[in-house]
Amino acid sequence: MRQTDILAMAVFALRGNWMRSILTALGVIIGIAAVIIMVSIGQGTQAELDKIMDRLGSNRLEVFPGGGRSGGVSMAAGSLPSLTTGDMTALAAEIPEVQYVAASVRSGGQVVFAERNWSTSWQGISPDFMAVNDWQLAAGDGFQARDYSTAGKVVILGETVRRELFGDGDAIGATVRIQQVPMTVVGVLESKGQTGWGGDADDIAFLPLDTARRRMMGAAASPGAGGGPASLLPMDRVNQITITVARPQDLDYVQEEATRLLRQRHRIAPGAEDDFTVRNLAQMVATRTQTARLMALLLGAVAGISLLVGGIGIMNIMLVSVTERIREIGLRMAIGGGPSSVRRQFLAEALIISIGGGAIGIAIGVGGAIAIAGLTELPVVLNHKVIAMATAFAVATGLFFGYYPASKAAKLDPIEALRQ
Amino acid sequence: MMAAGSGDHRRQPPLVPAANPAANPAGQPDPVPVVRIEHLDKIYNPGTPGQVQALRDINLVIQGGEFLAIMGPSGSGKSTLMNIIGCLDAPTAGRYLCDGIDVASLDAEERARLRLARIGFVFQSFHLLPRMSALENVTLPLIYAGVPRAERAAIAEQALAQVGLADRGRHRPNELSGGQQQRVAIARALINSPPILLADEPTGALDSRTGEDILALFKRLRDAGHTVILITHDAEVAAHADRVVHIRDGALHEGDDDGQPPPEA
Repeated sequence: MRQTDILAMAVFALRGNWMRSILTALGVIIGIAAVIIMVSIGQGTQAELDKIMDRLGSNRLEVFPGGGRSGGVSMAAGSLPSLTTGDMTALAAEIPEVQYVAASVRSGGQVVFAERNWSTSWQGISPDFMAVNDWQLAAGDGFQARDYSTAGKVVILGETVRRELFGDGDAIGATVRIQQVPMTVVGVLESKGQTGWGGDADDIAFLPLDTARRRMMGAAASPGAGGGPASLLPMDRVNQITITVARPQDLDYVQEEATRLLRQRHRIAPGAEDDFTVRNLAQMVATRTQTARLMALLLGAVAGISLLVGGIGIMNIMLVSVTERIREIGLRMAIGGGPSSVRRQFLAEALIISIGGGAIGIAIGVGGAIAIAGLTELPVVLNHKVIAMATAFAVATGLFFGYYPASKAAKLDPIEALRQ
Repeated sequence: MMAAGSGDHRRQPPLVPAANPAANPAGQPDPVPVVRIEHLDKIYNPGTPGQVQALRDINLVIQGGEFLAIMGPSGSGKSTLMNIIGCLDAPTAGRYLCDGIDVASLDAEERARLRLARIGFVFQSFHLLPRMSALENVTLPLIYAGVPRAERAAIAEQALAQVGLADRGRHRPNELSGGQQQRVAIARALINSPPILLADEPTGALDSRTGEDILALFKRLRDAGHTVILITHDAEVAAHADRVVHIRDGALHEGDDDGQPPPEA
């Protein structure tokens, strides 16, 4: 018996009950579409996290005030002012594996130049901050040692701030005012574009740490001058300390050492909770990546279950079909159709349903993934691997769930079948 | 493409050449009979309390070109004998050579190929596939024989013409009369030119006049060299055959039956 004849016979049989065939295929259509969409989203999330991971690097620790269990990173910052400049100095001095230690305070306010103004977030930074965070100067000389030690009235502007205040003009040497304090622009940062979380990384200004604390946040600053919560910081406090190590393999050790040292400096009794949090951001992202992977697996499993249900639908209908067509099967056997040809005919019907359903499902799945990518924030990665996998799933579903009914048909006794 | 793909390359059974009356004139015994049955028993559910001996010690030789009737009341075992002659069932004991081939050693697949090439079935209820045209129904065995699509229609049309339905090829079975449907079924049975035409109560579902037509067709087919084996309970139908064997309680009696139960019963 020829392959084309088997195919033609199967198509003929399916057309005879086309409504049922379409409804049966619907299970596979939905299943395959779900697999494609779910896997695309899973892959997209993964890719996004991998990108963040690359940017962060695997050699830095972030220390925030406040206990690790009290909540997320940003919430803790500044709310429990426990980190000091002294902590920063001690970390740099007492742990030899440390490469850089940088501290910063954060606040925000209006930056004014002539009649223009721009509201931005500014940070007071320690000398190593720019190196630690990979900021380069596009123009100007930046802060000098003297600026840090004497709380110099100097500022480095992010590209967005510079553009908003100066347009095409030259910013270096100009005087801008932040919270009434006149500051000389000594540098403009090179643009970094978007942050990992979608914000504008260039909408920022840097001040020397002491400048920020004494002139902007300290007792001298009048209440309501735009300082925000950080203006309540005591003079030696910082919002964040960043530690980097030269060799990534030292990171875990340095994390332990930093924790031990800070507990000692903060006089925390054994067993008591830390009043600070040391976070290995790369580790956090790695954890998130794992979560995302699990999530992708779960999504895939849900999609797989719907495909399974579709497959069971095929099996169900094929079994009904075998029972309904028992006389036909008997006749085919009597006129010379062997068990194998009967099996192949029914298997072909199941495969046409599953492959046809799979093809439609792929079209819907790809369309759906593209629509999701366009209409929502969800990251979507669609590639030929997903489609190849979906195709394989469709074929496997037809083979797996079509085999039993087809075998049942092939094993029929022609005498019994003809008697029905 | 399919799991059962191993069968794809299996050799198709060769088409048996059409029965040739010149090579096998009526009355002259053929060295290889189309049916040779020796001491054949058929027991259902052997070794259980429900054991039934359907056939006992059957001996039957049918030569090519014969028109033979196997006659018996219902329950006599004639259906069982037909299934065995038609290679749908295997004997419990004894031997059956179908066109010289011992059927006992064959598996389901090989029996199917034997039926394809050597047996043409005609059923009481026609067994036509309702969604296919007469021509498509007749074509069906050619598909299993692996005949290319392009050649099939011509062969099928020829077979339909042979049963007098050349102009009915496009009709569905439900558009045909009972007699016409049975002719389509006969054309289907003839299409692979099998040496044996096996008709199970072919007139049972037809009125007597149409039945006569069908029986006349069988005679013509016999004249054209086909071997026709007719299974019936009806003496009038059986009378059309050249030779009648009677079956009663699973045992075969050659020649005229006087209606007496067999001696051993």
